[in-house]
Amino acid sequence: MALETDTMTKDPILKVEHLSMRFGGLMAINDLSFEAYRGDITALIGPNGAGKTTVFNCVTGFYKPTMGMITMRQKAGKEYLLERMSDYEVNRDAKVARTFQNIRLFSGLTVLENLLVAQHNKLMLASGYTILGLLGFPTYKRAVGQSIEQAKYWLDKANLTDRADDPAGDLPYGAQRRLEIARAMCTGPEFLCLDEPAAGLNPRESLALNELLRSIRKDTGTSILLIEHDMSVVMEISDHVVVLEYGQKISDGNPEHVKHDPKVIAAYLGVEDDEVEEVIEQIAEIAPGDTH
Amino acid sequence: MANISHTNESASSNLMARALREAFYAGLVAIGLFVLFVGLKTDQNILNELVLVQRWGLLAVFVAIAMVGRFLSVAYIRPWLDARKAAKAAAPTVEREAGFVARNFSLLALIALVVYPPVMVALFGFQGSLKWVDNFGIQILIYVMLAWGLNIVVGLAGLLDLGYVAFYAVGAYSYALLSSYFGLSFWLLLPMAGILAALWGTILGFPVLRLKGDYLAIVTLAFGEIIRLVLINWTAVTKGTFGISGIAKASVFGIWSFDVSASNNFAKAFGLPMSSAYYKIFLFYLALALCMLAAFVTIRLRRMPIGRAWEALREDEIACRSLGINTVTTKLTAFATGAMFGGIAGSFFAVRQGFVSPESFVFLESAIILAIVVLGGMGSLVGIAIAATVMIGGTELLREMDFLKQIFGPDFTPELYRMLIFGLAMIVVMVWKPRGFVGSREPTAFLRERKSVSGSFTKEGHG
Repeated sequence: MALETDTMTKDPILKVEHLSMRFGGLMAINDLSFEAYRGDITALIGPNGAGKTTVFNCVTGFYKPTMGMITMRQKAGKEYLLERMSDYEVNRDAKVARTFQNIRLFSGLTVLENLLVAQHNKLMLASGYTILGLLGFPTYKRAVGQSIEQAKYWLDKANLTDRADDPAGDLPYGAQRRLEIARAMCTGPEFLCLDEPAAGLNPRESLALNELLRSIRKDTGTSILLIEHDMSVVMEISDHVVVLEYGQKISDGNPEHVKHDPKVIAAYLGVEDDEVEEVIEQIAEIAPGDTH
Repeated sequence: MANISHTNESASSNLMARALREAFYAGLVAIGLFVLFVGLKTDQNILNELVLVQRWGLLAVFVAIAMVGRFLSVAYIRPWLDARKAAKAAAPTVEREAGFVARNFSLLALIALVVYPPVMVALFGFQGSLKWVDNFGIQILIYVMLAWGLNIVVGLAGLLDLGYVAFYAVGAYSYALLSSYFGLSFWLLLPMAGILAALWGTILGFPVLRLKGDYLAIVTLAFGEIIRLVLINWTAVTKGTFGISGIAKASVFGIWSFDVSASNNFAKAFGLPMSSAYYKIFLFYLALALCMLAAFVTIRLRRMPIGRAWEALREDEIACRSLGINTVTTKLTAFATGAMFGGIAGSFFAVRQGFVSPESFVFLESAIILAIVVLGGMGSLVGIAIAATVMIGGTELLREMDFLKQIFGPDFTPELYRMLIFGLAMIVVMVWKPRGFVGSREPTAFLRERKSVSGSFTKEGHG
């Protein structure tokens, strides 16, 4: 009951109910239910192989879940059942954007072109499905101008303006991560899913990433769901943490609550329940490096 | 100072010693390799007995070539290459201002093409110019158009299509059949052939959308063969292997005809002496115009969202889908657009030949068109045009190499070695420029300056 009154005040943007995903004999996700709230940064954490990326792929339409329901509620109140939509419709119609654990940029396209490709559907409409654009109608030229302005805005946010005309494959790793987030934001999402955005970043880049994510939430009102191993990122910026282990939810709540949940500590360090008290203090220091 | 020159001297004498030593070893290896192949030869004498012919002189020539080659390579060529590489590495990379020719290459090439027929006529006369305008000019332009069409599918969208010649065939037969059965004019059938080929491109596209890489290549290859076999076996309509002959000539927009008997004959209308050269020159300019149209559309398309989506598809299909791009329709449009250019080229081919048969649309044609795209540099229009000129013009030029007979004897027919030389040339180009003549990619949009993207970043596509 207490939980219910808590959620009453918050408006869920994504509702995952009884989600199960089976690969042959392996139950990657087993009856998982959680909610992500509008305007929040929700973190999905858990040990390796817990099924976090599988949840992501189900939410973004790349996998069809074996069972369960995933509801996306837009600001305007329109609801989408994501498990029934194909991957590109999840982005185009439901306004859910994502990034990938192993960065997937268009490496032979320039940084600016990457951001223009992300605005494909908008531009396609403006170009009259290419025909008006081929004939040189001014509507398309205007739309391209707007798209470049939009791209400039995100280049500026991701601190990539100086590299706008370089191929995306030529950027250093941290910049590629930021570009992938900027590209996802150029699709104009209401809900942004980030798969390990801080993986491989140095502490300074991690801080810059935190800033970027905060400003995305503040300036665009986009809600964020992220998978992350880097606890300095998770604990710093997330409002709400969901912990998975073996495809099941073991903890759900604010970072403080999760940090001290004995089940979470046991999952990460594999200790007996009676030893939990001792390791609580240690965990704060060890966790970032150890869990990576 | 003395010290340095001393070490230099000893180094060079060392090098000479090493070169001689290696030449000696190379000679030994050559003897071992060739003694049985070249040194001895079995032959039959007049009594039908098997005799052993000894050819020590020839063996000595082989061994000498190996030794001299090795010596030169070790003593001179390799140090020279190393020194050049070192000099290149040491020199600061100065951005060299591109020359006038390099900057205005496309424009100069276009001007050259426009003045090409009159120049040929001036040089060789009307009858003599036929070969140069037709065999070289028109044929190369047809391949340029085909390769630019395939470039959309392979170079931009990264979908490996080995059956492209099928659309060429669809275009050619569309014109041949519709004009001979219904008497429709070339100017109506030219766009229609394009549309029909695009339709077939879509039909092919549907079943193969789920396939990637090698599997896609195999299925498109099969599609190309199916079309050809249908053309061979559907004799009631296509006349099978006999082909369709007597295909109507094109007219100048229906105003002047090139039929000798027609009252509005071009030569008669202008009071010129009768010659078939006018028609060929007209076809040359028509092919040029169609090529320019293809180039214009391709350049325009690359700046459209669909063109960017094609290139994005080549780079990473999954990322495309995560950005809300419907990859199914994107692939289909790539297939259809590429097929459309193939169909237009096909109908032009039919009108130029006046005869089509399934033999013109064998797999080798697909392979040559694909080779042009790859040699030219996938995605680059200029590179592909150069590659088409080199490949098609080069093979044609080998027919003209009569002076080779003086070197190799009157039995030598250079035409027979066309494919061999052609293959060698391709290997050389691929070793020298692995990403094709123009390996870099021009970006379609820029904020501050247009920097071309090096070929090492672009991907070849995977399906």
